[in-house]
Order: sequence, then C-alpha cells, then structure tokens
Amino acid sequence: MSLRRVVVTGLGAITPLGNTVPAYWEGLRAGVSGAAPITRFDASKFKTRFACEVKNYSPDTYFPTKEGRKMDIFTQFALIAADEAIQDANLEGVDKDRVGVIWGSGIGGLTSLQAECIAFANGDGTPRFNPFFIPKMIADSASGNISIRHKFRGPNFVTTSACASSSDSIISAFNYIRLNMADVMVTGGSEAAITESGVGGFNALKAMSERNDNPEQASRPYDKERDGFVLGEGAASLILEEYEHAKARGAKIYAELIGGGMSADAYHITAPDPEGNGVVLVMQNALRDAGITPADVDYINTHGTSTPLGDGAEVKAIQKVFGEDAYNLNISSTKSMTGHLLGGAGAIEAVACILAMQHSLVPPTINHFTDDPELDPKLNFTFNEAQPREVNVAMSNTFGFGGHNTSVIFRKVRD
Amino acid sequence: MSEIAEKVKAIIIDKLGVEASEVTPEASFTNDLGADSLDTVELIMEFEKEFNVSIPDDQAENIGTVGQAISYLEEHAK
Repeated sequence: MSLRRVVVTGLGAITPLGNTVPAYWEGLRAGVSGAAPITRFDASKFKTRFACEVKNYSPDTYFPTKEGRKMDIFTQFALIAADEAIQDANLEGVDKDRVGVIWGSGIGGLTSLQAECIAFANGDGTPRFNPFFIPKMIADSASGNISIRHKFRGPNFVTTSACASSSDSIISAFNYIRLNMADVMVTGGSEAAITESGVGGFNALKAMSERNDNPEQASRPYDKERDGFVLGEGAASLILEEYEHAKARGAKIYAELIGGGMSADAYHITAPDPEGNGVVLVMQNALRDAGITPADVDYINTHGTSTPLGDGAEVKAIQKVFGEDAYNLNISSTKSMTGHLLGGAGAIEAVACILAMQHSLVPPTINHFTDDPELDPKLNFTFNEAQPREVNVAMSNTFGFGGHNTSVIFRKVRD
Repeated sequence: MSEIAEKVKAIIIDKLGVEASEVTPEASFTNDLGADSLDTVELIMEFEKEFNVSIPDDQAENIGTVGQAISYLEEHAK
C-alpha cells in the first residue's frame, strides 16, 4: 500500500506574541520578546517571577461564561487556535466522519487540578469536588471539546510526551491520513501551566531562568549566559489534509508535511543525553521518512530552550547529522521570543516553520549577547534579526522530559 | 420571596447562565434551563455549600425544578 500525501491547509495560534496567526507572525518577524512579570498569580515568593503569558486574555472574549467555566484554560486555548485553523481551512462541506482531532498537551488542566486540591485541603475533609473537575483536568478534554464543537467524528485523542507532545500529535495525525483512516485532521497542542504548581515545580527542577531583573532578555538560547527556559503558554493548530482531497476542493495549501521522526534518549528522566544520541537518531529518522538528504534542509527550528545542557547537545547532534551541510542551514530557536510552551511548543514552532516558508523569512533567535565558546561559530543561529531566505524545507525539533524526541519536516508543495 | 428563594435563584442564574425571568418555580433544570447531568450535580453541590446542608442522592433525584429546590431548602436549611 502506498502512503497518501499530506498537506497543511489551515493554521491557528494564540501565543505570548499575539493571539492570532498574523499577530504571532508579526512578533516573530520583528523579534519581540513575550516575557513579562507574571500576572496570573502572586509570584513574589517564587524563584522565577516572570513568564511568557498570553496577553489580554479573558475567556469571556471567546466563550459564553457558562461554557468557559467548564473548560480549563489549556482547553480554551485549544479551541481558540483550532477555531482559527478550521476557519482558515474552510472545512464547510467536508465529510465530518472523515475529520479527526489529535491534540497534544504535556500536562493538561493543571490550573483546575490545583484549584480543586486547594479547595479540598482548605475544607473540613468533606469531599466537595466539582463535577466538572475531572473533565476539565484530563488532557484529552482538548481534543474531545474540539470534536464536540465542530462535530468531527474521526479518530480523536491526545498525545502526551511533555515538551514533544504536539510534535507527536502532528505525526500521529499525519499517519492517520497517510494510512487512509481520515482525510482531514485537526492537530496541534496547547499548554497553560503558569500556575503556582507549574512555576514552583519547574523551579524545583532548576530548569527555568531566574533572570527576574530582565525578563525580556531571559530566554537566550545559544548565548553563553543562558540560565534556563522561560515558561510560556498558549496553543497552535494545523489542519492536515490528504493532498488530493485538498486539491479537489480547491483548498489553500501552505506546505506539505513530508516526514516525521521519533526516538527516545533512554538516558535520564529530565537531563538530556550530553552526546545527543537520541537527537541524532530522531533527525535521521525524520530525514529518512521524508526521503530527503541533509543538504535539502534550509531551516531548523530547534528545540533550543535556553538551558545550559540542552542547547549544546542539540547543536552537537545537528552537526553529527548534517556534517558540512550544517553550515548552510539557518538555525533558530523561536523560544527566545515565545518562551517554552511545553506541550504546545511543537505546534507553535511548526506554524513558525510554515510561516517562514510562506514569507521567505527566517525568524530570529533573539537575545544574543555573548558567544558560547562551546558552539561552532560557523553555524548560522539567525541571531537577533530575521534573515530573508527562500525556505523550501524546514525541520522542527522538540524534545520532552522523559527523553522523548520528535522531529517533523515540511516542504513547499510541488506536484 | 424568601431569602432562601432569592439565593437559590441567584445560584441557578450564575451556574446555568440563564436570565432571571426564566427561573420560574415550574422551570425544570434539564428541560427548561439547559442543564445537563453534570450541571445538575454542580447545582446540588452549590446548594449544599450555600445552605450548609447535606442532600442525600436519593433526595437530590427529586429536585428537578426551581420550586422543588426552594421547598427542599426551606425545609432543610440550617
């Protein structure tokens, strides 16, 4: 059986840089930081007191009060991004039995879990858990709610692999279409972990930047003085569609999804393998699946979280896989601007890759001040300013706690 | 209208997102006010919290309208 081709026909995003795809691109293009002091809770006693929040967000802008109240914020973000993508793809008239939803979230409804546990602990021991607590908290409520809202009755679930979650959801959705189990898939990912337990938990892991005196310059992948990631929140969505199906209905086609790779570090639950062996394997797997060679790739949107260990390991792995071709790549970490959306990272970065292709402009790695002597200076990290470039092939890498590695490759569509 | 009835109405308006004019004594939570089974459970829990009562499941099943909620609570509220 030959595999069917899969293209991208819709995009949606709600991010720390902007609450729609055009607003997100405007931020990426201009090299803006989404970081600022935390407003969602009183963080005065926390080691990290800033994050990349979605700005000017109120659920009431998007949902009737009664409806919004029954969804965790990570599900609200999912619906908002998916709505934009579905509208962009104009799916009116498509057979809804052949449309599925595979979403990604690393954590799920952390805000709801935290609130219910606090309420119980503050009570007299009588269990007064809200009936909506479990459906709000479970990570799959995102894909469930998208399907209910739009009556999509195809395959439906959520992938959870920490910060690789929404690259895994994209690959899963890709595979279901390739295997003829659906014609259209709504995919993407969302996260909303800027809560006391989220920030406190990541602080305890020593994973986050503590540059409280300068939030906007805290996320600085590949800079010598990087000191950890900056927590972000939000969502992005892609509509994947079988190529002939998209052509037949005259859909706007952004790009073709040509390959995906997955691997595991099998090394440590939070620390990256310093040799980057799992990361080498995932890029090789993705290139093989796509049927292309390293020389074909123009741009890699890296995982690049701005942690001392992770950034170096990924670069080492890129050099192992790409050899001399690595010097012809544009490499950038858009997390320097958006912060780290955890389970939403793969999706917003896949959207960044496609927009880079569309605009022939590679978004930058901002906040570069001091070269890291451990990193090869001949590599082009697209520091500080976007660089014009015809992007035919873009790769997006994401890696998650647990040692999950995922890489997806998009190419400009051609017959 | 009693103080209890006022509070019951306010809870229903808040939780079900309905207009005050719809919250008549005869109005059924599920048939008239758009509640699903989980909404109904949440309403009962809010009544328990607000009026400091414990409503056993077999009695909660008999509270299906605004009027039934008000009568039950007027009888049992502490």
